[in-house]
Amino acid sequence: MDRRKSLKLIATGAVAAPAVIAGCTTDDKKTEVAAVDPKFNLDRNPAEIENEKRLLAMDKFFTDHEMVTIAILSDIIIPKDDVSGSATDAKVPEFIEFIVKDMPDHQTPLRGGLRWLDMQCVTRYNNAFKDCTKEQQIELIDLIAYPKKAKPEMAQGVSFFNKMRDMVATGFYTSQIGVKDIGYIGNTVNQWNGVPDDVLKQYGLSYTDKELKECISFDKNP
Amino acid sequence: MGDFQVKKQPKKYDAVIVGSGAGGGMAAYVLANAGLKVCLLEAGYMYDPQKNVTQLKNPWDSPRRGASTKLRPFGDFDASYYGWEIDGEPYTKAAGTDWAWWRARMLGGRTNHWGRISLRFGPKDFKRRSIDGLGDDWPIGYDDIKPYYDRIDELIGIFGTNEGLENDPDGIFLPPPKPRLHELFIKRAAEQAKVRVIPSRLSILTKKIKSTTERGACFFCAQCNRNCSVAKADFSSTNVLIYPAIATGNVDVVANAMAREVLTNNEGLATGVSYINKEDMIEYQVTGKVIIVAAGACESSRLLLNSKSQRHPNGLANSSNVVGKYLHDSTGAALGGYLPTLFGRKRYNEDGVGGLHVYSPWWLDNKKLDFPRGYHIEYWGGMGQPAYGFMGGIESMNGKYAVNGVQKEAGGYGKSLKEDYRYFYGASVGMAGRGEAVPREDNLCEIDPNTVDRYGIPVLRFNVKWSDHEVKQAKHMKETFKEIMHNMGAVITWGANDDEKNQYGLAKPGEIIHEAGTVRMGSNAKNSALNSWNQAHDCKNLYVVDGGAFTSQADKNITWTILALSMRASEHIIDELKKNNL
Repeated sequence: MDRRKSLKLIATGAVAAPAVIAGCTTDDKKTEVAAVDPKFNLDRNPAEIENEKRLLAMDKFFTDHEMVTIAILSDIIIPKDDVSGSATDAKVPEFIEFIVKDMPDHQTPLRGGLRWLDMQCVTRYNNAFKDCTKEQQIELIDLIAYPKKAKPEMAQGVSFFNKMRDMVATGFYTSQIGVKDIGYIGNTVNQWNGVPDDVLKQYGLSYTDKELKECISFDKNP
Repeated sequence: MGDFQVKKQPKKYDAVIVGSGAGGGMAAYVLANAGLKVCLLEAGYMYDPQKNVTQLKNPWDSPRRGASTKLRPFGDFDASYYGWEIDGEPYTKAAGTDWAWWRARMLGGRTNHWGRISLRFGPKDFKRRSIDGLGDDWPIGYDDIKPYYDRIDELIGIFGTNEGLENDPDGIFLPPPKPRLHELFIKRAAEQAKVRVIPSRLSILTKKIKSTTERGACFFCAQCNRNCSVAKADFSSTNVLIYPAIATGNVDVVANAMAREVLTNNEGLATGVSYINKEDMIEYQVTGKVIIVAAGACESSRLLLNSKSQRHPNGLANSSNVVGKYLHDSTGAALGGYLPTLFGRKRYNEDGVGGLHVYSPWWLDNKKLDFPRGYHIEYWGGMGQPAYGFMGGIESMNGKYAVNGVQKEAGGYGKSLKEDYRYFYGASVGMAGRGEAVPREDNLCEIDPNTVDRYGIPVLRFNVKWSDHEVKQAKHMKETFKEIMHNMGAVITWGANDDEKNQYGLAKPGEIIHEAGTVRMGSNAKNSALNSWNQAHDCKNLYVVDGGAFTSQADKNITWTILALSMRASEHIIDELKKNNL
């Protein structure tokens, strides 16, 4: 959060306690009651602390082989581009490793899907997916990445890839890199002055006189 | 007695309050400020919004990125401890009943994470039987409660506009926020369908208010459901009532205290509350001149039914046999999808307040319809903060629409896929109805004769079904929403395929979390539990100030009315104590 902005809002009375907002930067951990692990940088009640401890103490679920495969798949799904980094840059595989412990229902579909993928590659290329060439990997992915085009015998793979795509998207777009990429710029101290003028113009919309009179307005040029 | 002890709290209180939600919090606030000594029992954890913070956290501050857990069902950042399922605290359902029961277990209860939708009842809402012959009239009318609504508006703060609507009364409003982009589209489309859209009425401070220097104005982070730790700019019992009450020095809060029974004496008067401390599993008793029950409609009726004695063989305050009965929740039906007009939209901070900026109050005359009661419409959409599940299922969209002019094959991966997420983000839109159900004697919660919780307290068994009135109302909701979506050019992706077989998508009873009616007030002690002061007919020093007291619930969320009634009942208590009547 911009300190100058937050101090200004304190002056106008927007916030109650300067001491509290001072602790409010995005990377500040001081305001937090110490959680079970720095990974959990948010309020946890006693039952939650116990639950998170239990999850963090679990042995890792995915084998090294599976993790490498997941990393390759993740970066195929969300690679680095002009706008932002890749899924592995955003630590998506680590997110997936945690989430299957938190949500055990994901374990079988993912483990099974990874094995299904490896078997497809062994049959075609004599190698597990991770050991195939880049071209071979893409060739296989192309058979399962397009639900409307895929052959019926690939249906389980399509299902698996849809799930991987969703998983990677969740992990990526809830990371710092991904939030920036998608363009969400909320979650901060703000003054909501309505839809910006250029956007209103773009859609041919406008506020009524009643709305302009009754709704809260902020000076555009404070 | 061996090693099993019941510890008696030595302090004698003026009032013991069970439950710290809207009703209990207001009672604590009013009584403490009048100088009374109050013991506030809360079944859940101690919670301090200033210390227990999720507001302004980023999605990556939670390894599960805000996903729901059993311990925090509306997401990892939501300010609710527990919800649908509590280990060791079960409830049961009669055959054929599909009831979902929400129980937040924390100081301030549900007021920490609720939607802040604060709607006064209108004059008609107190006299429904007189209007349509169904249910019962309240023993009070709008004029009895209006002064309290006015005082609540000023004490707590609420934004909205005065529209001069007969049954959605004017109030003392702070200015509302301007509609968001999708709300402008919705407004236009709804008005084409002859559905009125007005600014919403939420208990959020768009400006600082005179009643307190402790609370700041909203800074539009759209996270009211995380509770406003930073500015206390929205209403939670915790921020606005309980901690200020504690600051008077007149309130002792006992958290993790599960009330077992309200104790009575040989004259049948309430003397105190027996409770178990969940942390040390020790039994306690605390005494008070007045006992105020505000544990939530169902928990309150459970407590009363479990408080049997010689003078109250049917449970406390239950000579009428209505306690637990007439249980009703708001109806709810919804649908959603996206607005192709918004694809590829410009980015800006669209958060606003933590909820809708516009809504539609009930706009029709039920006499011309095939169902007796109305509903209001809530709207949502736009560019929300990414969370677990973000834009799942994109393969159902990115083959249907050209992305930046390029027609693609559905699904895919890679740089092209990243482009797709950017293109479709922020175009979602949806709406839900929240309506009035008709209270019925045979919709109820009762004590399950076979089951106790881990504390040995008999649990509730629910027996609730919707009637044709509610199903027809849901049908109307869906038809209305389809028309609005169509007028907007929106595409519906869920909630559009309903019929009688799924009750038109009617949410299961309890799912909307507006339970009411189980300790209802009425002028006739033979068919009501409380009089018009929320005071038990059978036990003059017992009051019930939560949703249980409601004779009917209106097409309006009940919190604002709970607050007004609790303020009124609390002042009645003060008055009666002064007169030595209690």
